[in-house]
Amino acid sequence: MNRIDLAFQGDQKLLSIYFSAGHPNLDDTIPIIKALQSSGVDMIEIGLPFSDPLADGPTIQKSSTKALRNGMRTEKLFQQLENIRNEINIPLVLMGYFNPMMQFGIESFCQKCKSIGIDGLIIPDLPVEIYHENYKSLFDKYGLYNMFLITPQTPEDRIRYIDEVSNGFIYLVSSASVTGAKSTFGEAQAKYFNRIGNMKLKTPQLVGFGISNSATYKAASKYSRGAIIGSAFINFLEKEGVHKIANFISSIR
Amino acid sequence: MRYQVDEKGFYGDFGGAYIPEMLYPNIEELRKSYIEISEDGEFQKEFKFLLKEYVGRPTPLYFAERLSDKYNTKIYLKREDLCHTGAHKVNNTIGQILLAKRLGKNRIIAETGAGQHGVATATVCALMGIQCIVYMGELDIRRQAPNVARMKMLGAEVRPAQSGSKTLKDATNEAIRDWINNPVDTHYIIGSVVGPHPYPDMVARFQSVISSETKLQLMEKEGRDYPDHVIACVGGGSNAAGLYFHYLNDLRVNIIAVEAAGKGIDSGKSAATSALGKEGIIHGSKTLLMQTPDGQITEPYSISAGLDYPGVGPMHAHLYRSQRAEFISIPDQEAMDWGLTLSQMEGIIPAIETAHAFAVLDIKQFSPNEIIVFNCSGRGDKDLDTYIDYFKL
Ligand SMILES: Cc1ncc(COP(=O)(O)O)c(C=O)c1O
Repeated sequence: MNRIDLAFQGDQKLLSIYFSAGHPNLDDTIPIIKALQSSGVDMIEIGLPFSDPLADGPTIQKSSTKALRNGMRTEKLFQQLENIRNEINIPLVLMGYFNPMMQFGIESFCQKCKSIGIDGLIIPDLPVEIYHENYKSLFDKYGLYNMFLITPQTPEDRIRYIDEVSNGFIYLVSSASVTGAKSTFGEAQAKYFNRIGNMKLKTPQLVGFGISNSATYKAASKYSRGAIIGSAFINFLEKEGVHKIANFISSIR
Repeated sequence: MRYQVDEKGFYGDFGGAYIPEMLYPNIEELRKSYIEISEDGEFQKEFKFLLKEYVGRPTPLYFAERLSDKYNTKIYLKREDLCHTGAHKVNNTIGQILLAKRLGKNRIIAETGAGQHGVATATVCALMGIQCIVYMGELDIRRQAPNVARMKMLGAEVRPAQSGSKTLKDATNEAIRDWINNPVDTHYIIGSVVGPHPYPDMVARFQSVISSETKLQLMEKEGRDYPDHVIACVGGGSNAAGLYFHYLNDLRVNIIAVEAAGKGIDSGKSAATSALGKEGIIHGSKTLLMQTPDGQITEPYSISAGLDYPGVGPMHAHLYRSQRAEFISIPDQEAMDWGLTLSQMEGIIPAIETAHAFAVLDIKQFSPNEIIVFNCSGRGDKDLDTYIDYFKL
């Protein structure tokens, strides 16, 4: 069974953490992953840095630029992750833009992910139609899940289509925006989360974009299976460093 | 072979809309409506009216006699440099502002490199009384002070793009992010035949007025509505797409696209995308782009700010791969020399972008009875500082 499905068994709320590989330092990848697992995080999204991350806000952009400057590359990340499954058993998802994957070769990329033990991918600039038509069979062949985003503007028939094509989970983008930490959720978001809840989708959902603290994490988890934190975690890492990760996680739950 | 866009938004292998889900509603709204709106009678009437009364169209198709004598062939210049604001860019911004109004948008965003498209966008926003925000790389803001001032005079807000390499590609990323954050009231006026479908086709259609006029004008002057060669410079490719548009399927017409070689193709300082680029995704479009082996987009270089885009529109990528068009790249120095030559032989000071196209005359042999149409895409006023520096004028 895919580790992502395992994580969603039962009905406990999940916490998933995103970080940009190669940031703050090139070799922080493994220490960050280990610290996150031992702090009780349920899933990790490893960001593959890209020069032009157009769905990302300032925090992730900066971490991405810095990671590239530190020398992070697709090959390098795969090398770092080579033996990751000796120690890590929670689901690992790679999140990255489509161009670097194309240049690696989509099939080689999938093959590599499988051999390392990556469970799924999030590719913000690969729309569901193009995935469905051209790449799904390849992902299936290597047992990789591909997760999609939906936003408050996504029409209902499209949500149904995404649900049908999805494995793992659906990424509920909290508001119409690029990534970035926000401090609260308003009424509009509650309505949107409720609307999605009432659709009774087959794929479970996690809320992402704008989750920054315990309050937003708990609010988001009320309406979904849990939430994803990115920018707030990256800001914390910059300020406090890898050795304090457990403090951040315990402040959220 | 098909050279126009297909139903799915592709030109052969290239194009499409590789966009984040957050952009889906905006792009879908445009995709569904752009043809219907822009072909509507009232829209066409207003578009043509503004092109005539405000932009100053039709632009002349000028027979360049001294140049023709020297090169012993028949050379015509399509005078887009005579458009209001000094370049072809305004054909597109007039079209898109009318479209934005039909869609009920009250806020316009745009990206700009050299500032030409920014000025053309600020101009039409002033004309319509609509709020205008132009994203421009922080480095470019410093390099292109006069155009920044023009945009400000026209009432636009110029926002520095501080991410990545702080140039045109980053300004485009910032504009896209702004659009993600403002999906309802905002229209993004993209400046060339780039970006996700339907932008490349939409911009090409608005620029296609260049070749519709050329056909009529050639018929009048030469008794046939097609030339033997059409030649244009290619940054993103909008002036070229406009000139090629009605000739794409007319195989009697040879298509020549001119890119900026910068300091030379192998110098590491070049913008010759067809020679140096590989298939990939940039700004939501699958096309040829300059990138590192692991897929990071690289910074191009050309002395002309309007040609240093790391990609090329998907139509042009397809014209290149299918060999429908011949691609030639011209280094800085030859382009600059042609800036002087055209000034002194025809009394026309061209934009440096435009000057690249003419250098083809030194590379290719044309026969006396052949007809060549060059797109004279813009005038050189904006480049005076560069010309002054370069020639110590
Ligand atoms: C005069 C002129 N020509 C050409 C270009 C290049 O753009 P495109 O390839 O879209 O025509 C520019 C861009 O700024 C320009 O100002």
